[in-house]
Amino acid sequence: MIHVEHLHKWYGNREVLHDINLHVSEGEIFGVVGHSGAGKSTLLRCMNGLESYQQGKVTAMGVDVASLSGTSLRKLQSSMGMIFQNFNLMARKNVFENVAFPMRLWGAPNIKERVNELLELVGLAKRAMQRVQNLSGGQKQRVGIARALALNPRVLLCDEATSALDPKTTMSILDLLDDINRNLKLTIVMVTHQMEVVKRLCHSLLMLDRGKTVASGVTEELFLSPTKEMSKMVTDEYTLLKSGTNIRLMFPRDISQQSIITHMARSLDIDFSIVGGKLERYLDDVFGFLIINVPDAHKDAVLGYLENHHLYWQVLDNEEAGSCMRR
Amino acid sequence: MHETIIHLGAWAEPLWTRFLEKLPEILQATWETLDMVFLSTVFSMFFGFILAIWMIVTNPLGLRPCPAVYRVLDFVVNLLRSFPFIILLIAIIPITRFIVGTSIGSAAAIVPLTVAAAPFVARLIETCFLEVDRGVIEAARSFGASNTQIIFRVLIPEALPSIVLNVAVVAITLLGYSAMAGTVGGGGLGDLAVRYGYNRFQVDIMVYAVIILCILVLLIQGVCNLLYKVLR
Ligand SMILES: Nc1ncnc2c1ncn2[C@@H]1O[C@H](COP(=O)(O)OP(=O)(O)O)[C@@H](O)[C@H]1O
Ligand SMILES: [Mg+2]
Repeated sequence: MIHVEHLHKWYGNREVLHDINLHVSEGEIFGVVGHSGAGKSTLLRCMNGLESYQQGKVTAMGVDVASLSGTSLRKLQSSMGMIFQNFNLMARKNVFENVAFPMRLWGAPNIKERVNELLELVGLAKRAMQRVQNLSGGQKQRVGIARALALNPRVLLCDEATSALDPKTTMSILDLLDDINRNLKLTIVMVTHQMEVVKRLCHSLLMLDRGKTVASGVTEELFLSPTKEMSKMVTDEYTLLKSGTNIRLMFPRDISQQSIITHMARSLDIDFSIVGGKLERYLDDVFGFLIINVPDAHKDAVLGYLENHHLYWQVLDNEEAGSCMRR
Repeated sequence: MHETIIHLGAWAEPLWTRFLEKLPEILQATWETLDMVFLSTVFSMFFGFILAIWMIVTNPLGLRPCPAVYRVLDFVVNLLRSFPFIILLIAIIPITRFIVGTSIGSAAAIVPLTVAAAPFVARLIETCFLEVDRGVIEAARSFGASNTQIIFRVLIPEALPSIVLNVAVVAITLLGYSAMAGTVGGGGLGDLAVRYGYNRFQVDIMVYAVIILCILVLLIQGVCNLLYKVLR
């Protein structure tokens, strides 16, 4: 659906995107994560021609974005909806007019039915005549989503769509996007600095840091076996024990964590302490990790056990989390 | 005339008679002022608006950046704004004569008033445009709006309430300028006040002129505020 090959972009003599490669397949939810200033928005805006670039190639729905201009570029943009962190709605206009706006620009037929249908979809049918400035953040983003869908786009670009919302509202917006992705078969590109959003929604992802790719691939695999650079960005907030060896265990969907840990303790006849752990939702699955601390004397036995049982594990040391990674 | 002033109880009467006597002239002057202010507001809004759109389009961060053009426009606007009105009034007499055919009368005053106010309007409206949420423009862009559509469907409608408020600023400024234009033959309330109050010491007539000017200011501000509330 969208290909980016060896993309470079400079603002003046500052390189904000360095050799970016990515591939968004049809129907998937693709995430772009990174700290603020990493170049995520710039990358997203290159995809629908809002931003130009100096090197590389961006192909959206089969056409080279840089080759378009004028009406042909505007046509492409109309087939790619976009939503924003600050919603970017016309505050004085009502919900209906905001959603109808792109359709009016393009002279689309049956505006009334289409808008009502979209408001039904995002759950705002009753608020059509209400002014946007009186809505809550979550409702505003729903209006934004309805507006972005107004022209029946094939791709939805989301720039920090949930960053201005509280956690509960974020979840409800993510559920809505998930719904839209499934039911309308819409390809979604999610740009965000929120790791939870990516884990919850994105099938594959690209991790950016200061314009450079840190990691890219299928979400599940990336989080189960993060690279060194990635671990630095995705740090757990646990204080590790000074003595012994801290080991981070990752549990994919098919391993029951409870039994494996107790079984290990029993069969090796060792003691260990639990430093921390968490269950996380990745897409539809629940994944967990557990950080344990074992005496240095038992380290090899434990690692051997983990190796034999095909677990994802990682030895953590205090200076730098994530020293080695093996399955 | 002098004996009436001695009878204090009767001094109001000649004032009243003089008011009635001068009423047609006062009304005439009011009409001239309204005429000058209304037309020069309309014309300066028109030209200022075009200038403002041109500036917002060519602005380095604008819809189609063209820094060279923007710098020229910016310079011209600043230059015209720094001209004292009274000097502009005299300096452009040849232009006035060319456009209106004469350099005397309220029709002739409209030319310098417009020339003086248009760059002021341009600056005010440019500010209104700059205050429009850039995100909304970005959103319009993202679903393929053309620059023309962005100007007419986003910028102007979004900036309209604050533009309306600025119409009051412009009209009230022009009301003040029109008093000056009066002194070079433009007529109007300013001219009336100076002629009677300053030249002939008939302070009462000057007071009437000032009261009417005050009422006009309040009226203009009130109407624009009302419009703003409706539009906002
Ligand atoms: N129009 C611009 N001119 C110059 N620098 C810019 C411009 N837009 C963004 N940048 C810079 O490019 C970098 C990437 O910005 P952005 O893509 O907005 O990051 P993110 O969305 O990841 O927070 C930032 O360092 C930012 O300061
Ligand atoms: Mg951003």
